Amino acid sequence: MFVSIFGAVESGIIYALMALGVYITFRVLDFPDLTVDGSFVTGAAVAAVMIVNGQSPLTATITAVAAGFIAGCVTGLLHTKGKINPLLSGILMMIALYSINLRIMGQSNIPLLNESTVFTPVVSLWESLNLSAPFHAIIAWLGIESSPRTWAVIFFALIITLIIKFVTDYFLKTEVGLALRATGDNKKMIRSFSANTDILIIVGVGISNAFVALSGALIAQHGGFADAGMGIGMIIIGLASVIIGEALFGTKSIARTTLAVIGGAIIYRIVVSMALRVDFLETGDMKLITAIIVVAALVTPKLLDAQREKRRRLRKRKEIATMAGK
Amino acid sequence: MLELNHISLTFNEGTMDEKKALQHVDLQLGHGDFLTVIGSNGAGKSTLMNVISGSLLPDTGDVVIDDKQVTHLQEYQRSQLIGRVFQDPMAGTAPSMTIEENLAMAFARNKKRGLKPGVNKKRKTLFKEHLETLNLGLEDRLTAKVGLLSGGERQALSLLMATFTEPNILLLDEHTAALDPSRAELITDITADIVDKFQLTTLMVTHNMQQALDLGNRLIMMDKGQIILDVEGQEKEALTIEKLLDEFQHIRGEKMANDKAVLG
Ligand SMILES: Nc1ncnc2c1ncn2[C@@H]1O[C@H](COP(=O)(O)OP(=O)(O)OP(=O)(O)O)[C@@H](O)[C@H]1O
Ligand SMILES: [Mg+2]
Repeated sequence: MFVSIFGAVESGIIYALMALGVYITFRVLDFPDLTVDGSFVTGAAVAAVMIVNGQSPLTATITAVAAGFIAGCVTGLLHTKGKINPLLSGILMMIALYSINLRIMGQSNIPLLNESTVFTPVVSLWESLNLSAPFHAIIAWLGIESSPRTWAVIFFALIITLIIKFVTDYFLKTEVGLALRATGDNKKMIRSFSANTDILIIVGVGISNAFVALSGALIAQHGGFADAGMGIGMIIIGLASVIIGEALFGTKSIARTTLAVIGGAIIYRIVVSMALRVDFLETGDMKLITAIIVVAALVTPKLLDAQREKRRRLRKRKEIATMAGK
Repeated sequence: MLELNHISLTFNEGTMDEKKALQHVDLQLGHGDFLTVIGSNGAGKSTLMNVISGSLLPDTGDVVIDDKQVTHLQEYQRSQLIGRVFQDPMAGTAPSMTIEENLAMAFARNKKRGLKPGVNKKRKTLFKEHLETLNLGLEDRLTAKVGLLSGGERQALSLLMATFTEPNILLLDEHTAALDPSRAELITDITADIVDKFQLTTLMVTHNMQQALDLGNRLIMMDKGQIILDVEGQEKEALTIEKLLDEFQHIRGEKMANDKAVLG
C-alpha cells in the first residue's frame, strides 16, 4: 500500500511537468492544444534512442526538450500562419507525431532497463551517502513494513519540477510573459500594445510542449522504456491534473495555480493507483477511470455551488417568512 | 503628423453585399491636432480608424505617420506609434490580469519586451502617479483584477493605458458610448485633460454632436465613406448643432435620418 502510493507520488511529480505544459496552453494561452499526446512520446523517443546509442542521458534529455519545443512551435505555426483552428492544429500534429515518433524509435518499443539514465548518478550518489536511511527509519518507526527502494528519485524529480515551476512563475510575470498571458486573455488589446500575438502563440505552445517532452523523457527513463503508445490519452491526464489541482488548491495567484497543478498531477496518480487496487478493475480501465475523474472534477464544484446557492435562498426565504410572522 | 492619401476600401467587392466603406479619403493632421469625427451609422468612421491602426488594409491609398510610410506595417508594428481606445470597455484591457499588469503591458507599447519583470518598484510608483490623475482611487487597487472594475473605471484605465506612453496618434472610437451619462462625461473630461497634457494628435469618433463641438480644434463629418465637411479653428468654434444639421442637409440635399438618434 505505502509503496504503491509512494510510486504514484513519484511518477505524479514527473507527470506534473506535463501538466504544467497543459496549464500553459489551456489556461494561460487559452489554446486547447492536443499536440501533447504526440510530444510526450517524442520526448520519450528522442531520449530513449539517444541513450541507447550511447549519448549521455543529460544530452538526450535536453535534446528531447528541444524536440518537444519544435513540435509545439509547428502546432503554433499551423494555427497562426495556416489559420487552422487550434484543436485541429493540435490533432494534426498529434497524428503526424505518431509516425514521426515511430521513425525516431525505429520500432514501437525501446527498453532502457540496463541503460544508465539521468537518475542513475543521482541514485548512486544518494545511496553512497546513505541518505535514504533516515527515511527508511521513519517509515519503520511509523510501523509500515515495506519501504521504497530509494528516496533519491522522488527528491530529484521534485527538484526538477519545482525549478520548472519557479521558472514558469517568473516568466509569466516578465514583460514577454505578461504579453503571453494577455494573448490568452484579450488578443485585440495586446495587439494594440504592439505585441506580435502570432509569435507569442507559437513560442507559448512551443514552451508548453517542451515541458511535456521533458516529462516524457523522464518518464521513459524512470519507467525503463519508451513506447509509441505511451502518450495516448496524455492530454486528458494533463487536463485532469489541471482541473483537479485548481479545484482543490485554488487559483489565487500564478504561483498558487502552478503549485495546484503539480498537486493535481500527484493526486491524479494516487487516485488511479488506488483504483487499480480495486479487484475488478484492470489496467485497461485506466482511461475510463481518467474520464470519470475529469467529469467528476468538472461537475462536482458546480453541483456544490448550486447546492450552496439553493440553501442560501431557502434561508433568505425563511427569514422573510419569520419576519412576516411577527 | 498623420497623412491619409486617397484611401479607398470596399467590402465584399463584386457581391450583393458590396459596400464602399471609404471612398478617396484624404486627410492631413498636424502635430497636436485634435479632430472629432461625426457621421451617421455606417458612414465609415470605424473603418477609417481601423485603416489608420492597421487592423484593416485599404484597397488603395496610403497612411503616413510622422513621415513614415506605415501602410504595409501590421497592426502590432504600427501600434508602436498609435494608442487606441475602443467603444467596448471590455476590449481595451485584459480582464483576468491586475491593474498594474495591464499598465505594465501598456508601458511596453513603444519598447522592446524582454525577460525582466513587467512590474517593479519604480514602475509601480509611476503607475500610481498616473492613476491618481484619474481621481477614481484606482491607485490603491494596483493588484485588483481589471475584470472587477466597472465599465467606466475600465474605460478610464484603457484611456490612461493608451496615452501615458505618449503615442504619436491617439484613436478614440466612440469610447464613451457604452457608459451612462455621468460616467461618459467623466471620461470625456479625462480625455480632454490627457490630450491637452501630452499634446496628443487625436482622432475621436462620437455620435454626440455637442461633444464633437466642445472638444478639439477640428471637426469632420463623414457620410457614405466620404468626408463631406471639414471645419477648423475659428470656424469650428462658431459651429452649433443646428448649423451642422443645416450643413449636412445642404450638402446631401436630404433630411438626415432620424436627427434625434444622432443628437442622442
Ligand atoms: N468587416 C466588414 N465586412 C463587411 N462590411 C463591413 C465590415 N466592416 C464594416 N462594414 C460596412 O462598412 C460600412 C462602414 O462601417 P463602419 O463600421 O465604418 O461605420 P461607422 O461609421 O463606424 O458606423 P457606426 O456609427 O454605426 O459605428 C457599413 O456599411 C458596414 O456595414
Ligand atoms: Mg463605428
